[in-house]
Amino acid sequence: MSETALMAMAGRFLSALRHCQVLQMRVHHADAEGMTLILPWSEAIVGNPQTGAVHGGVLTTLMDTTCGMATLCVLPQFEVCPTLDLRIDYMHPAQPGKDIHGHAQCYRVTRDVIFTRGTAYQDDPAQPICQVVGTFMRLGQEARGGIRFGSGLKEGRA
Amino acid sequence: MIPEDVRKQLIQAHARGDYAPLLALIPYAALIGIECERQGDDLLFRLPANQDNIGNPLLPAIHGGVIAGFMELSAALYLLIFSESLSIPKIIDFSIDYLRAGHYRDTYAQCQLWRQGRRVTNVAITAWQGDRDSPIATARAHFKIEPHKPLK
Repeated sequence: MSETALMAMAGRFLSALRHCQVLQMRVHHADAEGMTLILPWSEAIVGNPQTGAVHGGVLTTLMDTTCGMATLCVLPQFEVCPTLDLRIDYMHPAQPGKDIHGHAQCYRVTRDVIFTRGTAYQDDPAQPICQVVGTFMRLGQEARGGIRFGSGLKEGRA
Repeated sequence: MIPEDVRKQLIQAHARGDYAPLLALIPYAALIGIECERQGDDLLFRLPANQDNIGNPLLPAIHGGVIAGFMELSAALYLLIFSESLSIPKIIDFSIDYLRAGHYRDTYAQCQLWRQGRRVTNVAITAWQGDRDSPIATARAHFKIEPHKPLK
C-alpha cells in the first residue's frame, strides 16, 4: 500500500473510533515502518490535579490505539485485530500543555498473532513517557464487526 | 504529599461511602464517568455505559484503552483509600489481559491488594459486565507509595 493510501486509511479508521474522537486524537504519520498518532493535551485528560500530569489510562488508550493501528502497516488487507494483552512501563509523567506522540511498530507477524511495541513521547522520542508492548489477535476478514468496517475503510465510508 | 484539604475529603468520602466529591477532583475520572461505592469493607467501581467510551463502532464495544484506564484508576483510588500512602500513588507499570469484548453496557471492577511493601504495592484488578465469573479483563499494576516513616 502506498504511504498516502495508508495515511488515508488510518485517518478513516481513527475517525470511526468515538472515544479517540473525544480525545481529539489524529494521525501524524503512517508508513511501512509503523504508525504515529498525536494526542493533544487537554485539561480533561489530567489524572493528578496537583501536578497536571496526564492519567495513565489516557496513555494506555493512545498506545492501545497506536499499536492496534500499526497492524494496518503490515497487513495486506484490513483485518480486525483485537488486543490480547498490553503492558505499559511508565518512565516519567507527561508535561502539561504539550501534545503527546504515540509511535508503534509490529515486530513479528504470524498467522494468528501480531506482536507490537511502541513508545509515547512529547518533545524527544529518546525520552519516552512510557514504553509499551502489546499482542494482537488476527481474526481475519470474516470476523463479525470487521468485514463491513474493512470494506468501508477501503471505500472511504467507515 | 496529599494536601490537607484533599486528605480531609478522602476521609469524609470513605466515612460517608460517598466518593463523588473525591472523583470530581480528577478530570479523567469525569471524562470516562467512573463511579465508586462501598461494599462492606471493599470497594466496587462502576463504569456506566457511555457512547463516548466506544472504541469499536460495529460491535459496539468499549475502547480497550478505556477499560484499562478504568481499571488503573480503580486501582489508584483503591490504594488512595486503603494504603495510607502519604502521597498520591504513582503508577510504575500496568499489564492487562483482554478476555472478552467489553460490550456497550455497564462495567464493574474490583481490586485486590496482593502486596503492600514500604515503597511499592502490587494490585490486581478484575473487570466484568454481566457475570462476575466471566471477566472481560484482568490486570495488575505496581504503584509507588510514600511510606509513613522515612526510610533509613
